[in-house]
Amino acid sequence: MGCVESMNYEIVLRDATFKESRDFIKKTYAEFRDVEPGFKVFDVHVIGLPPIAIGLDGDFVIFPYTKPCHGTFLLRVEDKEEVARLRAIKK
Amino acid sequence: MTGESTTQPATALLVLGCPQVPVQTSIALYLINRLKKAGIVPTVAGNKAANTLLVVADPDRHYLGEVMDLDRAIVMITEKKRDFDRCFVFIHNDAGVTYAGTMSAISKAKIYTIIYGEHYEELLKQMDFPCTPIAAKAVHNPLPLKKALDEVAPWAA
Repeated sequence: MGCVESMNYEIVLRDATFKESRDFIKKTYAEFRDVEPGFKVFDVHVIGLPPIAIGLDGDFVIFPYTKPCHGTFLLRVEDKEEVARLRAIKK
Repeated sequence: MTGESTTQPATALLVLGCPQVPVQTSIALYLINRLKKAGIVPTVAGNKAANTLLVVADPDRHYLGEVMDLDRAIVMITEKKRDFDRCFVFIHNDAGVTYAGTMSAISKAKIYTIIYGEHYEELLKQMDFPCTPIAAKAVHNPLPLKKALDEVAPWAA
């Protein structure tokens, strides 16, 4: 998995269950894409119970990141190119 | 040479969860032993703490074979560079459920979920993907989980 620590991220939600993080994205962001586990966002293979919701908000990507001991975090990262790539995915 | 077939041994991946519940390390070593006796090659994937608990407990590698970082295992399976015949996911929290669902989606392995801890019944209800659950209320005492594992005998399947 890519190194999340090298990203300039903001934590939107922490210590959530995976389902809570998915519901949060769908309720909070008008635009999102559903992807399968293993889909690459930036350099990270996202994990989760399919479908995994990836939020899009302006130039920001919001995606789940799960750690075995700390549950699921939602990370918000600004990147125009990645947002454009994700927007090109059919809903 | 022609006509010769090379049969690869069966393989298994043990996906470890957070090691904060003591039975995980004990059951992992027990399962590795049973798999090896059945001729199945086990690989362990966990975070640094979970892996180190096993490596320190088995310095001469009587039980342990390959041990790898969990994130690396996810990448290799996702990129189809490697896969396993069986996959055992240790679950005592929501992150464990998340990893199990992921393995079910990305791997062709037969998935076994090993569910334990104080909240094992709630976690068991969340197994809504193809898997064989092995569950017991075990926190410090591994025997209830060992019993559940022996009843399923995944090394013989």
